[in-house]
Amino acid sequence: MSGKPKGKLAIYWAASCGGCEISILAIDEKILDVANAFDIVMWPCATDGKVHDVEKMPDGSIDVCLFNGGIRTSEQEYMAQLMRRKSNVLVAFGSCACDGCIPGLGNMNTRREMFDTVYQEGSSTTPENPKDVRPQQETKVSEGTLHLPMFYDTLKTLDQTVEVDYYLPGCPPEAENIWKAVTAIVEGKLPPKGSVIGVNTTVCDECKRKRSEKKIKKFYRTWEIIPDEETCLLEQGLLCCGIATRAGCGALCPQVNSPCIGCHGANDGVADYGARLMSAVASVIDSNDPEEVERIIDEGIPDPIGSFYRFSLASSMLRRKKKAAN
Amino acid sequence: MKRISIDPITRLEGHGKIDIFLDEQGEVANAYLQIPELRGFEQFCVGRPAEDMPNLTARICGVCPEAHHMAATKALDALFHVDPPPAAKKLRELFYSIFYATDHTTHFYALGGPDFVVGPTAPPAERNILGVVAKVGMDVAKHVLKMRHDGHALIQMIGGRRVHPNWGLPGGVSRGINEEQRKEIEARGREAVEFAKFSLKIFDDIVLKNSDYVKLITGDVYVHKTYNMGMVDAQNRTNFYDGKIRVTSPSGKEHAKYDCSQYREYVAERVEPWSYLKFPYLKKIGWKGFVDGEDSGIYKATPLSRCNVADGMATPQADAAYKRMYETLGGKPINHTLATHWARLVELLYAAERWVELATDSEITSKEYRTLPTKTPTDGVGCVEAPRGTLTHHYTTDERGILTKVNLIVGTTNNNAPICMSVKKAAQGLIHKGKVSEGLLNMVEMAFRAYDPCFGCATHSLPGQMPLEVTLRDPQGEVVERLSQYTV
Amino acid sequence: MSNDNFEPKIVGFLCNWCSYRAADLAGSARIKYPPNVRIIRVMCSGRVDPTFVFKALSQGADGVMVAGCHPGECHYIEQNYKTIRRYAMLKHTLKAMGVEDDRVQLVWASAAEGQRLADAIEKLVADVKRLGPLHWPANWRENGERVKALEEIVKEHEEAMEVPA
Ligand code: SF4
Ligand code: SF4
Ligand code: SF4
Ligand code: FES
Repeated sequence: MSGKPKGKLAIYWAASCGGCEISILAIDEKILDVANAFDIVMWPCATDGKVHDVEKMPDGSIDVCLFNGGIRTSEQEYMAQLMRRKSNVLVAFGSCACDGCIPGLGNMNTRREMFDTVYQEGSSTTPENPKDVRPQQETKVSEGTLHLPMFYDTLKTLDQTVEVDYYLPGCPPEAENIWKAVTAIVEGKLPPKGSVIGVNTTVCDECKRKRSEKKIKKFYRTWEIIPDEETCLLEQGLLCCGIATRAGCGALCPQVNSPCIGCHGANDGVADYGARLMSAVASVIDSNDPEEVERIIDEGIPDPIGSFYRFSLASSMLRRKKKAAN
Repeated sequence: MKRISIDPITRLEGHGKIDIFLDEQGEVANAYLQIPELRGFEQFCVGRPAEDMPNLTARICGVCPEAHHMAATKALDALFHVDPPPAAKKLRELFYSIFYATDHTTHFYALGGPDFVVGPTAPPAERNILGVVAKVGMDVAKHVLKMRHDGHALIQMIGGRRVHPNWGLPGGVSRGINEEQRKEIEARGREAVEFAKFSLKIFDDIVLKNSDYVKLITGDVYVHKTYNMGMVDAQNRTNFYDGKIRVTSPSGKEHAKYDCSQYREYVAERVEPWSYLKFPYLKKIGWKGFVDGEDSGIYKATPLSRCNVADGMATPQADAAYKRMYETLGGKPINHTLATHWARLVELLYAAERWVELATDSEITSKEYRTLPTKTPTDGVGCVEAPRGTLTHHYTTDERGILTKVNLIVGTTNNNAPICMSVKKAAQGLIHKGKVSEGLLNMVEMAFRAYDPCFGCATHSLPGQMPLEVTLRDPQGEVVERLSQYTV
Repeated sequence: MSNDNFEPKIVGFLCNWCSYRAADLAGSARIKYPPNVRIIRVMCSGRVDPTFVFKALSQGADGVMVAGCHPGECHYIEQNYKTIRRYAMLKHTLKAMGVEDDRVQLVWASAAEGQRLADAIEKLVADVKRLGPLHWPANWRENGERVKALEEIVKEHEEAMEVPA
């Protein structure tokens, strides 16, 4: 990847955990190749975080922006819009930006509920809060006024906020896949816009466990059984998400005897990850009797949202739990 | 009144922002560190099956997911009233020691190290890992990268994934290790011990033999006489994975020693309207505002704090290094924030030694790595020492193990108030008559870095500086001056 | 909430071999049922993926009906047992999402059971009327302050940009 004029690369985080960026660093010495191919114009956690400089750049002057994290506050929405305007190619990087990820489970609640739980007197470790203080968008202190960005009720994915060109799934994306994506970008060998950069098989296709017919009379919680290390986990009654999850990791979790929890999200053409997983799991239940089916589901899957939408509630068709009328 | 904004600083579960206000004389009236983000894990984890917590809470922080994974797993042991078999506990501690050694290495060389190794007065463009490389040689840099790479590879081998493992279960872990894996782990561990010793020597040669640096470490701007918190074993020696929480006073007296399940009798959190992040303090002393001293409930939970609350280290070479640190800096406790870097290296050596001890334990390849819980889950607390402070997870569930209440006190959060104070003190030391010197940025940054506020560490291994920018505003809010640290 | 004037929008996924014909029959036999249902013909109830139901609700439907042949009488033999399993899973999830139980209903009606289908539609419409409109998309819309909050940030940043570098 030499000989070409250097491109401009930006990496930005919104409501994220930082794991995506750790994963970028896990490409190890190849990071120097990236530095050879690109000028990194913005990477707040590692190099320069000057928002103002990006604001001053002409629109479209950044070649590629890798954007990780979901959109939960007004500040993050502003940054998503800014990075979109300035970048030619905007990549939703990692599960948070693609699907909302674990923080997207926050869409089961509202801002008010969250604030009450976290800050209310008597809640958790906040014994004293007699004036019922909550963080405010504007606080007057004796010296002046302090501002906080607005916290939204509903976490949005990047493509629910601005137009996205490519998606790189995973929580976080595996370093090998990041490297493949970067290479594709540098070499201009990109799939059509709107694509996920990655393979379109499922985790099951990469999993080496032995499989036969799946017929389940009972789903087990992970702490209820010690699964055999060779046989498919779903066949043993553990809710393994591998059947509905995009491949690319090499089936890492089943290798340590843990079910896939679905971090790479849905395959191409699947409009709702949870719906796909639900159907697949329903089809292995070994009963035709409605009451028995209901019992198997109620007992074995006490939390359907956390089981089917662990990483993709925000990107699901319903996006969030119904809010109480306000 | 003038206002200075530093935005964004670095990652503290979100982007931090500092506002400094100057009075009419141009002296610092106050400084605020604001955390403009909240992700609400304590709320949305309610309703989830408890066994999901090691995986869910790992996503609080991608820099130390192992710490959350482990605290959550221990909280599940307590919740389900199950005692993991000895091999499981050892495997967990082994995994955790590898994580610690990896994390501390990255921090010292990439983030904290440049201040000392290259020198605090060197131009900003050199105070980064490249500057470290220039000073100590490319071999060391390669070694740092290798340590990091190997550490992550082992974490994936044991826990399933490099970032966000999927391994911990109530009563044990999902899979053990075989002899071949054990050998690999042991070999890497022996390298890690050598590397830790080498790092301490670098610190000796470059920092301690230079009286300017020593003056800086022991200088007044960075002193905070607060309480300290950390985990200790039965002999009061530092332990990261398990033990009791010990708190000592600014003069070194024991204030409390408790089982983590009692944490609510000792720690409380304060809410301020201008930050989404709460401020923990010692409940029995009380919240007295942002001040230090015996009467203020503010405490620190850093590598230095852990050394201060302990009587020594549980491995021989680390213990010798520990003693040497206190001899050199004039006894216990050390209240100089910058000595945290030294303490981190002592801990690095301990983690590496422990890594080898556990990798050579006869039980470590045992197939007995899980006990299935049989009791009804109720309520459970789990604590570990995260690199950035004591980490507490507390869960309550219904009889099916569905969460009804979750409380978390995250590593860095412990240090929220001390960091605010350090920032203010650095500002007061450097801003006079309305004049802001370029040095302010350095000093604030250094005060900050010592705490290693979460994101600063691992991601700072690229050439570059912490993104600091200062905006000076007059009483009308107009911007009068802007300073930036970068020359990129 | 008063629902007197509320005419619910209902989407009905009806199996081609039975309930769709039942609806036809009801029509030609002049059996009355409320006009609120937008009927979508599917080849078998087993083809109704949870996605169809989520899509209907997320696009503004107030209720959904899934109808197929009686168990054991499916044209594709086993397929409506699959419907039973999927539907149970779907309902379990909808409940957790805060969608009231009566908004989504499963009905078995053979081609000859025009009256049975008409009754089921009537019941569904009455149930949904009682529950009121769903307005799902309004759920994820933030209120007006959001725009103000965004404008504030833009203003703050613009201010900072005026400074000579
Ligand atoms: S996708 Fe996963 S690793 Fe990336 S920011 Fe989100 S939670 Fe962290
Ligand atoms: S369901 Fe899980 S364990 Fe079974 S083959 Fe698929 S990925 Fe492997
Ligand atoms: S197995 Fe599943 S959860 Fe684990 S890394 Fe792969 S996609 Fe993610
Ligand atoms: S053909 Fe009618 S339900 Fe299958």
